[in-house]
Amino acid sequence: QDRCGCVLMMLCDGVCVQAQKLLRERLCHQKLPDQPVGLDSQYKHLLELLRRTAVHGESNSVLIVGPRGSGKTMVRIHEHHFNAAPVAGLLQTDDKIALKEITRQLHLENVVGDKVFGSFAENLAFLLEALKKGDKSSSRPVLFVLDEFDLFAHHKNQTLLYNLLDVSQSAQTPVAVLGLTCRLDVLELLEKRVKSRFSHRQIHLFSSLSFAQYLDVVRAQLSLPPDFPDPKFSDEWNHSVTKLCEDKTVEEILRRNFNGSKDFRSLHSLLFLAVSRVSVSHSTLREADLIEAWRLISVDSKANVLHGLSILELCLIIAMKHLNDTYDGEPFNFQMVHNEFKKFIQRKSHSIHKFEKPVVMKAFEHLLQLELVRPVDSGVCKVQREYQLMRLMLEHGQVMEALQKYPQCPTDVKQWALSAFG
Amino acid sequence: MSRYITRLRMRRTYKWNGRPVGEDRKLKRQYYESMSISVEGKTEDATVSLGQYILIEGDDDDNPFVAQLLKLYTDDSGKKKTAVLQWFVRMCEVPQNKRKLLGRDPHPQEIFFYQDRSCDNEVDGETILGAVQIEYVPVQDPFPVGKSRDILFVKLLWDTKSFRALDPELMQPPQSPKSPPPSSRGPQTRALPTPDPSVMKRAMSGILTRGSMSTGKMSSSEAESLHSASKLSAAKALSAKRRSQAVSGPQVRKKLDLCSPSKNMSRDDVLGELLDERSEKTLTSKLNTSPTGRISISIRLTPLNLNKEECVSPLSSHSPDKPRMTAHDKDDAARAEEEHEDSPINTAATSRSKRKSAQLVSSRIKKQLNLLGNKIDLQSDGEDGDDDDCFIPSKIDLQSSSDEEEEAKIDSEDELIVKKHRGSGTSRSTEKTRVSARTPRKTPSKKTAPATPRTPRHATPSIPSRTAPARKPGNVLEEARARLHVSSVPESLPCREQEFQDIYNFVESKVIDGTGGCMYISGVPGTGKTATVHEVIRSLQQSAEQDEIPHFRFIEINGMKMTDPHQAYVQILQKLTDQKATPDHAAALLEKRFSAPAPKKETVVLLVDELDLLWTRKQNVMYNLFDWPTRRNARLVVLTIANTMDLPERIMINRVASRLGLTRMSFQPYTFKQLQQIITSRLNRVKAFEEDALQLVSRKVAALSGDARRCLDICRRATEICEHSGSQKNSSGLVGMSHVMEALDEMFSSSYISAIRCASVQEQLFLRAVIAEFRRLGLEEATFQQVFVQHQALCRVEGLQPANVSEGLTVCQRLGSCRLLLLEGSRLDLFLRIRLNVSQDDVLYALKAD
Repeated sequence: QDRCGCVLMMLCDGVCVQAQKLLRERLCHQKLPDQPVGLDSQYKHLLELLRRTAVHGESNSVLIVGPRGSGKTMVRIHEHHFNAAPVAGLLQTDDKIALKEITRQLHLENVVGDKVFGSFAENLAFLLEALKKGDKSSSRPVLFVLDEFDLFAHHKNQTLLYNLLDVSQSAQTPVAVLGLTCRLDVLELLEKRVKSRFSHRQIHLFSSLSFAQYLDVVRAQLSLPPDFPDPKFSDEWNHSVTKLCEDKTVEEILRRNFNGSKDFRSLHSLLFLAVSRVSVSHSTLREADLIEAWRLISVDSKANVLHGLSILELCLIIAMKHLNDTYDGEPFNFQMVHNEFKKFIQRKSHSIHKFEKPVVMKAFEHLLQLELVRPVDSGVCKVQREYQLMRLMLEHGQVMEALQKYPQCPTDVKQWALSAFG
Repeated sequence: MSRYITRLRMRRTYKWNGRPVGEDRKLKRQYYESMSISVEGKTEDATVSLGQYILIEGDDDDNPFVAQLLKLYTDDSGKKKTAVLQWFVRMCEVPQNKRKLLGRDPHPQEIFFYQDRSCDNEVDGETILGAVQIEYVPVQDPFPVGKSRDILFVKLLWDTKSFRALDPELMQPPQSPKSPPPSSRGPQTRALPTPDPSVMKRAMSGILTRGSMSTGKMSSSEAESLHSASKLSAAKALSAKRRSQAVSGPQVRKKLDLCSPSKNMSRDDVLGELLDERSEKTLTSKLNTSPTGRISISIRLTPLNLNKEECVSPLSSHSPDKPRMTAHDKDDAARAEEEHEDSPINTAATSRSKRKSAQLVSSRIKKQLNLLGNKIDLQSDGEDGDDDDCFIPSKIDLQSSSDEEEEAKIDSEDELIVKKHRGSGTSRSTEKTRVSARTPRKTPSKKTAPATPRTPRHATPSIPSRTAPARKPGNVLEEARARLHVSSVPESLPCREQEFQDIYNFVESKVIDGTGGCMYISGVPGTGKTATVHEVIRSLQQSAEQDEIPHFRFIEINGMKMTDPHQAYVQILQKLTDQKATPDHAAALLEKRFSAPAPKKETVVLLVDELDLLWTRKQNVMYNLFDWPTRRNARLVVLTIANTMDLPERIMINRVASRLGLTRMSFQPYTFKQLQQIITSRLNRVKAFEEDALQLVSRKVAALSGDARRCLDICRRATEICEHSGSQKNSSGLVGMSHVMEALDEMFSSSYISAIRCASVQEQLFLRAVIAEFRRLGLEEATFQQVFVQHQALCRVEGLQPANVSEGLTVCQRLGSCRLLLLEGSRLDLFLRIRLNVSQDDVLYALKAD
């Protein structure tokens, strides 16, 4: 019986790991869905446009504009139907590199054999000539995908954009120029002659998702596919997911996430953390997993840093907060902070030792290193360190919250922090 | 071809040899027979004399012009030495688009007899570089191999339109200065005001010769007249077919008549002799089986008939002091002959001889081919063609024969080379020194050559072809869309007639006059500037094809299509001469090309698009572009295009703007009527749009920019929308108002409002907080910290859990990346300043509508 249980465990373990692997792959964008969610009309529009380029040899240019995480890059699903030359503004940081990349992608470098490419000018002339040689009826259409289109607009003279768009507006090789960007004002970046050559087609990817649809997506993302090897497990899993989505706390978490942003990337990172907590011991997704994942994701980045400070450093932060309150956010220097701190020690403190000034200075410098305080002007060393003007990089609420959660915080320090003026 | 050196490197002095041989008092000219050129630092002088082939310095150091020296004279002062020449062209001088007419790869040492009436054939004598060897190769013969690289070969004739077989008689062997007089007597006939009986006589005979082409050997070969009679009938039968080719004959002759009496005189020596020489020279050992017999046959034919004609025509009345007139009349006479059945015999005769030799050659080839056992069919085909109506053999024939013949020729030609080397000893040695003098300059370019693979020139980059053919437009809407695409070339350019005419007139006048000039064309994008210029060039090229205006070269550069303003030189040079060079070197070469006198030069029309991109700090690119046309010999017309009307005043320094001149034209943005007309003419009776819809589009675009591209794009988009909705509503199938409205909306409406509407709750709240903070501060700018406080307050009001700083920053950055907000760098953290990129009203409107 023991052995039987062990085998069962192993089996269960295998299934569980398999399910986890599948979901992780899905959430980590290893596998893109076949079609974007909630963007059907835009998707169709683009598809139609590309189809016309492919079938009729009609040159087109189009911009796909949408906020980050709205599914712009998913157009690359269709790249393989074309002679595609994807370039990214963040990788190809100038026209020279972009040209080289395009030439490579179009397999034009074969013509030259294994010789290295010549100058930028030659490269440009070469590519233009290649594109000029083609014609509408006989050449295979070329798809240029310019990721982070707005960055190309910052290249010198916008040479690449001009030339690509010029090809798209003249009887040469049929091309489709596809710009992906999240900037709504991208057209204003284009020089007027470049702009004139652009067809002014823009496809906006704004998700008008409602929360109900959002929940559906969550459910779909977490569900196991029907062809999962162990139907019993997958049934069980799917059932638990459905139940999970109906849970009030879970719904609250998802709504907060939804309120924050509608894109799926933040959702995926949340779900990924939750799915990672699934183990053999509890082979279904529970609400606690999601809550924990949410806690991890939503925590304020600076709060964590504050928890690691010493009492002295915390006191200095509180002193700075008071200075901020008193002088309405005006910058301060170390001497002022030290005075404030001394006042506290003399008047109110019972538990805090008296620290020597150098020690306080050391603590202050640590805060400086953590960038919780930052010099106003970029630290020119004309002024003595004590008198250099500083700013606190913390919000009032952050200090208070950190204080609440700080382990074994002396009461008089808490009192001091809560009191109105020093 | 070895390199020749320019006068820049080496100082040369020119001196007449001997006394003047003739004088023209009217023109105050003194004619000479030869000239010696001494090069600084060389003891030996090179001598060029009449009839010799010489090199004339041109724009290209490596390929100087080639010509035959016909006359040498000096003007009254004795300072200016002038040479009258018969030009030859190299392949690189033939316009690029015509080169393919040759139908084969040119031999590197090949040149062409140049026949162009418009070409100036007088040059400054001091541009002569030295003598060169030229060898005539009959059309059917292969190019000799193994010869010195300094010998040039001439095979065909180039008349600016086509390559034709060259009459061997036009190619006279250079006469050695020692050889007896005829060559020197030419000038006398022209120069002496009082007719000298001997000269008269000679002139007459010259006339006769020219008229009949080949009278000379008459006496010696009367016995063969029988043969000629039979030949004559054969020739008659062919004459109809050859008429077209035969016409060219007299032209060639006329050309020579005009420029070289000396040559005419030398033709006294008669075709027969020439041919003998010719055949001896080129066919040498192989063909000497029975050349004289063959040739005399061909010569026989003409005189019998032509003499009669000459007697009838009042040629005797020609006075020798009107050489041009006579020449002209002679020409007329020659033409008149042409009308007669007999005259084509002239050309037929010569061609016959060629064909004879060709047959001989080809029979030899045949033998070889039989051994090899291939290409026999082609060969015999070529021969059949020969017999029928073409004396220019097919390309295959040419190639195959040259392939096969090469070996056979080597032996015979080695001898010749030895001779030639001796002959041109002086010039060669000078060349050598020049080459060495030149090397330092050459090295840099040589260095760059291997480093930069010659991709653009030699590799033929191409986009792979598609597997299935592009589908043709299926329905009316697709048809309309194809027509409305900006790339489709319209039949005409409506609404730019005036501009077209102005530019046309400008370019045409410059091309006809052979002068240069600049024109500046401005206009906002999409007003048809480049299209109009292209249209002008297209129609000018058409009329050049029809010979209404001289030929010209059209070159286009675009400031946007180059990486650096100085690349303009490289591109111009490459398009002009197919050379590659570094920008500096290219600039030097172009400078030389446009400033050196070169009579054969075609006018170059240069279109510089996006001129403003050629701006450099010193503005030397622009300066050069506008300065070249002002040179006397440049023959360069520069058309420049840019967007702004006041570009010359704004960015050009005075000396550049002054050279650009005041020939300016500005393209006004299209009015709505014009736009409507453009669309209508493009659609060309394809009924796809409602009239109102068109009007709406054109009015809208005209009000905004007047950009025709925009207009066409909107119409195209409207057809798409129509196609989509058409399936549902099934209305008229035409593009209506609603579709156009939708397209206009898509293109012109700002997307900010829809972006705000689709933003998440927190993002919307943040925008609201920004506005609240702005109102509180009374400023249009706030720090993140300030806005965040507002944001938290708003969250509480809305009953949401307030976001923490990290979340707040994320939301803020997200809005910033869409450019709804303008942000500073995010490392400022709490203190980054925020501004709105949309008006507050828009934000409130978008948020309220929820």
